[in-house]
Amino acid sequence: MLHQLSWKVGGQQGEGIESTGEMFSMAMNRLGYHLYGYRHFSSRIKGGHTNNKITVRPTKVRAIADDLDILVAFDQETIEVNYKELTENSIILADAKFNPEKPEDSKAPLYIVPFTEIATELGTSLMKNMVAIGATAALLNLKTPVFQSVVEEIFGRKGEEVVRKNMEAIQKGYDAMSDLLGDRVGEWELAPADGKRRMYMIGNDAVALGALAAGARFMSAYPITPASEIMEYLIAKLPKLGGAVIQTEDEIAAATMAIGANFGGARSFTASAGPGLSLMMEAIGLSGMTEQPLVIVDTQRGGPSTGLPTKQEQSDLMAMLYGTHGEIPKVVIAPSTLEEAFFDTIQAFNIAEELQLPVILMTDLQLSLGKQTTDPFDYSKIEIRRGKIVDDVLEAPENKDYFKRYENTEDGISPRVFPGTENGIHHVTGVEHDETGKPNEAPKNREVQMDKRFRKLEKLNFDTPVYVNAPNEEADVLLVGFNSTRGTIEEVQERLTTEGLKVNHAHVRLLFPFPSQEMAPLVANAKKVIVVENNKTSQLANIMKMNIGGHDKTYSITKYDGTPFLPRELTNKVKELLD
Amino acid sequence: MATFKDFRNSVKPNWCPGCGDFSVQAAIQRAAANVGIEPHELAVVAGIGCSGRIAGYINSYGFHGIHGRALPIAQGVKMANRNLNVIASGGDGDGFAIGMAHTVHAIRRNIDITYVVMDNQIYGLTKGQTSPRSAQGFVTKSTPGGAIEPSLKPLEVALSSGATFVAQGFSTDIKELTALIEAGIQHKGFSFINVFSPCVTYNKINTYEWFKEHLTKLSDIEGYDSSNRELAMHTVMDKEGLVTGIIYQDTETKSYQEKVPGYSEQPLADLDMNLTEDQFNELVKEFL
Repeated sequence: MLHQLSWKVGGQQGEGIESTGEMFSMAMNRLGYHLYGYRHFSSRIKGGHTNNKITVRPTKVRAIADDLDILVAFDQETIEVNYKELTENSIILADAKFNPEKPEDSKAPLYIVPFTEIATELGTSLMKNMVAIGATAALLNLKTPVFQSVVEEIFGRKGEEVVRKNMEAIQKGYDAMSDLLGDRVGEWELAPADGKRRMYMIGNDAVALGALAAGARFMSAYPITPASEIMEYLIAKLPKLGGAVIQTEDEIAAATMAIGANFGGARSFTASAGPGLSLMMEAIGLSGMTEQPLVIVDTQRGGPSTGLPTKQEQSDLMAMLYGTHGEIPKVVIAPSTLEEAFFDTIQAFNIAEELQLPVILMTDLQLSLGKQTTDPFDYSKIEIRRGKIVDDVLEAPENKDYFKRYENTEDGISPRVFPGTENGIHHVTGVEHDETGKPNEAPKNREVQMDKRFRKLEKLNFDTPVYVNAPNEEADVLLVGFNSTRGTIEEVQERLTTEGLKVNHAHVRLLFPFPSQEMAPLVANAKKVIVVENNKTSQLANIMKMNIGGHDKTYSITKYDGTPFLPRELTNKVKELLD
Repeated sequence: MATFKDFRNSVKPNWCPGCGDFSVQAAIQRAAANVGIEPHELAVVAGIGCSGRIAGYINSYGFHGIHGRALPIAQGVKMANRNLNVIASGGDGDGFAIGMAHTVHAIRRNIDITYVVMDNQIYGLTKGQTSPRSAQGFVTKSTPGGAIEPSLKPLEVALSSGATFVAQGFSTDIKELTALIEAGIQHKGFSFINVFSPCVTYNKINTYEWFKEHLTKLSDIEGYDSSNRELAMHTVMDKEGLVTGIIYQDTETKSYQEKVPGYSEQPLADLDMNLTEDQFNELVKEFL
């Protein structure tokens, strides 16, 4: 009986690979298993190979599995590209249609199943994916009725006959595989799950849902991988809530339109990835200078320029922290789980309005697109805070003086009033201005306004700036990361702890202002600090050194080949550094 | 009811004496009063350049943004509060060089705002460089041998971008300009108004006198019909863009706001932001 199963389906893009993975995952989710998905979806090799790797466990799964137990192949390329992940206990299921061949050095046996032929006999070759799912079910010793509700949900609209045919295809696949397996039946059976229903979603879903829960009712955005799902989700849902999404002409318009809508009084935001973030730099400065709230989601992908648009990377960090000319206060947040992505999105909107500044919520491709299970988010924890908004009736000003939109208050936060409000007329400008928003270049005024803007950061109210799992008072090593490396580092921590090492883990969730107070003691109490990040130039390690020192004991493990860290790979790299 | 004086504030414009922008400011103030709105119901969003300062010279909510981005900001303001009257304004560099993409797409999008361009065919605030509206051969600091590129034709661009309201005015004719801006504000959709607003300091060619000599009023053209797009395009091309009046208006096409599915009648800014527990559970259910 297995305690973890790693399953991968691969083929040509457009062949239904994604939906095969989806169907399998949905069924496993309904049985109560925990899931963690990884999509490979660009044409790295001519022909457009795509695959979907899903790690399944009856207990919490936090990272992509090191190895592969079952590989379902719809073409030879899938076998060639992926067989090295297989072990002697693994198995390849391949469609008879392409006359599959087992690579000489493959440790796993090849089982040839007539997926397409069975499907064609049932009426359409399209159902070959269902046959493959049936074959998988046989391997796992799952009874085919577990797929009934999933098939009904997906094909129900097409009528009972289609549902019946698809279920039949699953059964035929199951039977064919059972015959082939002979006495190996049951070898890949997975320990039973608790049957609890969990949400199964990508990080972009969690962010988009968070935006709705935060009260965002307007979004302006430009399509880009891997951020587009956020926009698409809002396009689907906002009409029911009265809101709207505008697909703009570019990211410059997306960010400035969101600023305009926030000025107009509606919580608004945009989402993009590196190339879009570059175009938004002037808007970030405008938001900071005019003190208009702005939430930007940056789903990092491989850069620079067009870079690796469908691959994992964490290289926008410095751009997010320091991008835009001049100096403005801003807040940069990096969730590392689905739950954090949901609640941090709400926090991002609250902070943007409370402090009246730009907030960047960063994710990375693996967090944005990797599908995972998570416990349902707690509705009672949703809280909307808008900061100093003037609700009272204002008195008419003398001589048509402007409302003091930039009043030099003690905490630096000035009251806001929205256009349309009587007696609240004021002017906002990206030019240096006085308390009333009139352009003013006087040296003293400049200092007063600059100090006022930065003073706001002292009022930052961010829940849990660092996720800490530090069981050791004196640690051999402190592992540090941000965004999607969280689960992998947790696994590595567990593995090294079993080997007798004292390992602490800190995952930075607030990147700016840097949580030095929380991080400094963790660094002080570790013999070595290893910063793990998906970029070339050790950006987080440098940020840490700049803020809290520790140069002599800080080491970096970087990876910038476009793929996420795997637990074994990272464990070995950490060990090398500790030797 | 507010008069044009209510739209004045105490800020003294920093424009050069004789600048065409003074008249544009006055025309906006008069038009706003004439259509019967109050100052707090108006938001003026402007770009960067001499003309961009206009947002601070009118007693209304004002947003002085970044170069070329007045339109996206203005569209955002309107989407957040559809009850507001929103006027975007800026110069020809702002709207036809750095912000040209926004201009074309704002026209296509047809959100119900008014865009007033103060077109002086020169970059004034940076002290005299060529603009996309400068005539070929026009000598400036950046084109000492004369401008090589042809002048951009904003009216033709607007007409071919699917504009529902295109007009052009001239600074000295405040009466006509006021009427155009009034019509623009009242138009249900995006109204594009180009205004010849001479720069007395850096443009010694396209002067007040030059415009007076070259401009034709559409009202003087017999049989001109502003609902006829083909005629509008023909006339604009025939007169090389040197006309004033309402060039084209389409009163049938609905504005963007009226077309967006589910878009709230109540301003977004006034909506209850909270999801009810039922709404939340409904959304969560899809992921279970």
